[in-house]
Amino acid sequence: MSMAAPGISSGLAEIVGPANVVTDPTQLAAYGIGACAPKIAVRPGTNQEVAEIVRLAVAEKLALVPVGARTKLCMNIPPRRYDLALDMTRLDRIVAYDPDDLTLSVEPGISLRKLADVLAEHGQFIPLAVPFLRNATVGGTIASGADSPLRHSYGTARDYTLGMEFVTGDGKIVKSGGRVVKNVSGYDLHKLMIGSLGSLGVLTKINLRTFPAPRELRGLVAYFDSAQSAVELRQSIAKSPLKPLTLEILSPLAAESLSCDRAEQIEPGQLRAYALASGRWTILASFCGAEEVLKRYERGLREVAGTADSVSLGKSAAAVALGRVREFIPIALESSPAAVVVKASVLPARIGELLGDAESIAAESGVRSAAIARGVGLIYFALLPESRQDENRSRAARAVSRLRDACIRRTGNFAIACCPAEWRGSLSKLQTSGAELELMRKLKSVFDPSGVFASNPLASDT
Amino acid sequence: MDSRLLHDLKKLLGTEGVLHQPEDLLLYEYDGSVDIARPDCVVFPRTTSDVIELVKLAIRHRVPLVGRGAGTGLSGGALAREGGIIASFARMTQILEIDAENQRARVQPGVVNADLSLAVAHLGLHFAPDPSSQKACTIGGNVSENSGGPHTLAYGVTTNHVLALEAVLPSGEVVRLGSSAVDSPGYDLLGIFVGSEGTFGLVTEITVRLTRLPEAVKTLLAIYDSIDDATETVAEITARGITPAACEMMDGWTIRAVEDYVHAGFPLDAAAILLIEVDGLSEAVDSEAEAVADVCKQHHARNVRVARDAAERDLLWKGRKNAFGAAGRISPSYYTQDGVIPRTKLPATLRRVGEIGRKYNLAIGNVFHAGDGNLHPIILFDERNKKQFQDAVRAADEIIECCIEFGGSITGEHGVGMEKDRLMPLLFSEADLELMKRVRAVFNPVGLLNPGKILPNSKGCGEIYVRPQRPAAAPSA
Repeated sequence: MSMAAPGISSGLAEIVGPANVVTDPTQLAAYGIGACAPKIAVRPGTNQEVAEIVRLAVAEKLALVPVGARTKLCMNIPPRRYDLALDMTRLDRIVAYDPDDLTLSVEPGISLRKLADVLAEHGQFIPLAVPFLRNATVGGTIASGADSPLRHSYGTARDYTLGMEFVTGDGKIVKSGGRVVKNVSGYDLHKLMIGSLGSLGVLTKINLRTFPAPRELRGLVAYFDSAQSAVELRQSIAKSPLKPLTLEILSPLAAESLSCDRAEQIEPGQLRAYALASGRWTILASFCGAEEVLKRYERGLREVAGTADSVSLGKSAAAVALGRVREFIPIALESSPAAVVVKASVLPARIGELLGDAESIAAESGVRSAAIARGVGLIYFALLPESRQDENRSRAARAVSRLRDACIRRTGNFAIACCPAEWRGSLSKLQTSGAELELMRKLKSVFDPSGVFASNPLASDT
Repeated sequence: MDSRLLHDLKKLLGTEGVLHQPEDLLLYEYDGSVDIARPDCVVFPRTTSDVIELVKLAIRHRVPLVGRGAGTGLSGGALAREGGIIASFARMTQILEIDAENQRARVQPGVVNADLSLAVAHLGLHFAPDPSSQKACTIGGNVSENSGGPHTLAYGVTTNHVLALEAVLPSGEVVRLGSSAVDSPGYDLLGIFVGSEGTFGLVTEITVRLTRLPEAVKTLLAIYDSIDDATETVAEITARGITPAACEMMDGWTIRAVEDYVHAGFPLDAAAILLIEVDGLSEAVDSEAEAVADVCKQHHARNVRVARDAAERDLLWKGRKNAFGAAGRISPSYYTQDGVIPRTKLPATLRRVGEIGRKYNLAIGNVFHAGDGNLHPIILFDERNKKQFQDAVRAADEIIECCIEFGGSITGEHGVGMEKDRLMPLLFSEADLELMKRVRAVFNPVGLLNPGKILPNSKGCGEIYVRPQRPAAAPSA
């Protein structure tokens, strides 16, 4: 890896001050994506500085990646080139917060935790219960498109992001949407930014709706001998008037991994050993409300669960269980030196079929696996090989390829959420093709005409 | 219109599928807004392949093409501003699939909003977005405009309920955006397409999410002697974190106009009423209704009553949803605005609207989605009085400027269309608009699909747009 040209680092220093330019290789290693580390990292403090840096990068033909707390870089396809890390953590201000209007405008570098503390003072929150919650920034969360168990009742970021400001690949500061809860002025450019992994623009401001924080959380856990019977309970709940806050189906190994010591290190808290680790398929439903409402949920859920074994979770146990489910991906990454996490979605009624496919595919390929399925029809499926040896790599690749086929056969969507960077090439393949992919490519070139943003989720490296 | 093109269109869609006589086109030169524009012809495709061929014809002949549902829109979205062909979806009205188990429905764009909810009611489901024009407006139109409605306060607007689209691009290519399973890979093309006001492509099929009907519903009517008390109630309900399913306000002027027409039981001497609905589990609804009633009383509501049964609830909603029709009975013409403000600014904004009305000596009624901060001032005027008409336009602009000053937006649910393209520079910079223009060109490079909408054509915002001098029809919002 060559060093950055001195002219570039002094150019950057002129924009942000020398203290905010990182050239030390040890520090730079922390910005790496896979084996690929940048030559230089820069920490802008304002949107204007971001725009100037992008313009400089364009002029110097540098490939840059905007980063926050760097918790989810594993979700990115390693870029072909990565010269400059744009560290956004100094842009961490709350630009505006109007608790009485339940709206908020923040800079992307603010951590979810810090923001949560401010919102909690007003009894409010943002339903981004995403993995790596303790470190993640708002910008990284939005840009990665990370989802949350709370989507069952609140939807995803696209449902409560009101507007954004971002810097495009030609160094212009652009905005769309606004900071009111209802708005149809102009095209919703900000929707494209969600989940685009920093490939279309650098987020500099994010406007969000806030929500009253759920009070008196409770949970119910029910156990089943098969994925299909767990899914049947999901279907019965959907047909009832009950609207749980979250609804997650855990494979036996997923439930067990969420209860182990490693999980407790990632998401501390007391959980009765048997609550999740029953060795069976498990449904975790959480709900909240006033006392009569809680009673109704408890009664109603038990009624639909029928003869299935079940356990009630009090306030703190429900919060811990939900926290562990939220951290499924980090826990999976800690459980194997080469975890491959697949994100697949199908129609809710087909969750059971796909979970069944996944189980047999994993068993046949001889790789340990764990899965959680969100009630909305999304499955995170983790393959947990014992090592990064080539043999495991080809096992994982085989399993992933069969899983992709199964998913497409069941008219679902398929993507790799994360995997060892050096395995990407043998695993990744964007499902989109044809006219839709062409539209996406054209949009990429409109937002980033010179290709200064190194991330490219549309890249097919197979 | 070019006779060659007319011939080709008739060959494609049959003689009965093409209207081009001036008397036939009259119906299609307006929508629910105050704008007019006459198309050269109106065509009625029946299938996606009809639409593909139609698009190819329009492009080959370099003629503008504009999609149209029921024509209930309020910003000129479905008008042929630059002439050309209107593609009416009045013959693509099939509900293609109802998947109760997965709470999905697949429909053609011409399906009427309320018809879908009726078709799935026996399954305990409904399509949540409910524009006041829902008995006439189509789901294709809702998708294009990203329509709202009273119950979007709790349930979200159209974009939150659309899972997938099939659309024909101006290139004649068919694209499938989104998917019936959640989280389709790649950029969110679906998200940017919904609400693009027919400028990206013609939608030929829509997959929507169906929502379970609530177990219990309570509708409260709170009556006020002052507008301030009513707006402060709404601000306080929001601030306390209570999210009713709907929270609508009508001022005294509107109440009297409606009552004379619908007989909903609104008190004629009130300064304002709030129509607030809470729904969900019966256990939750009771306490939420109580909390709402408490806030109303604290803000000096003269009376708070709960609809006794479904019939009374329906009557109250009928009163609300027919408010715009009622305005049409009173005034020769009226102009409905659609500004949005933060909910905390409701009291100040309504006071400002009152001042603007007095300044121009115009009657302005207010009936709107208060819980969302989405105003719908109805400005009455007589289009035969030229000065009054100009004053009405000026008053409307001042209201919008006030919304922007308070941190709001120029349109909450009606769309930009040809009504507000000239106002876009008040909200967006040249760089913002330039990027939007380039994004539009990705989908619609030749610019023949619904031209003259959303983005201002000229640079700068000084250009004065002369409105066509024509009385408004009776739209609903």
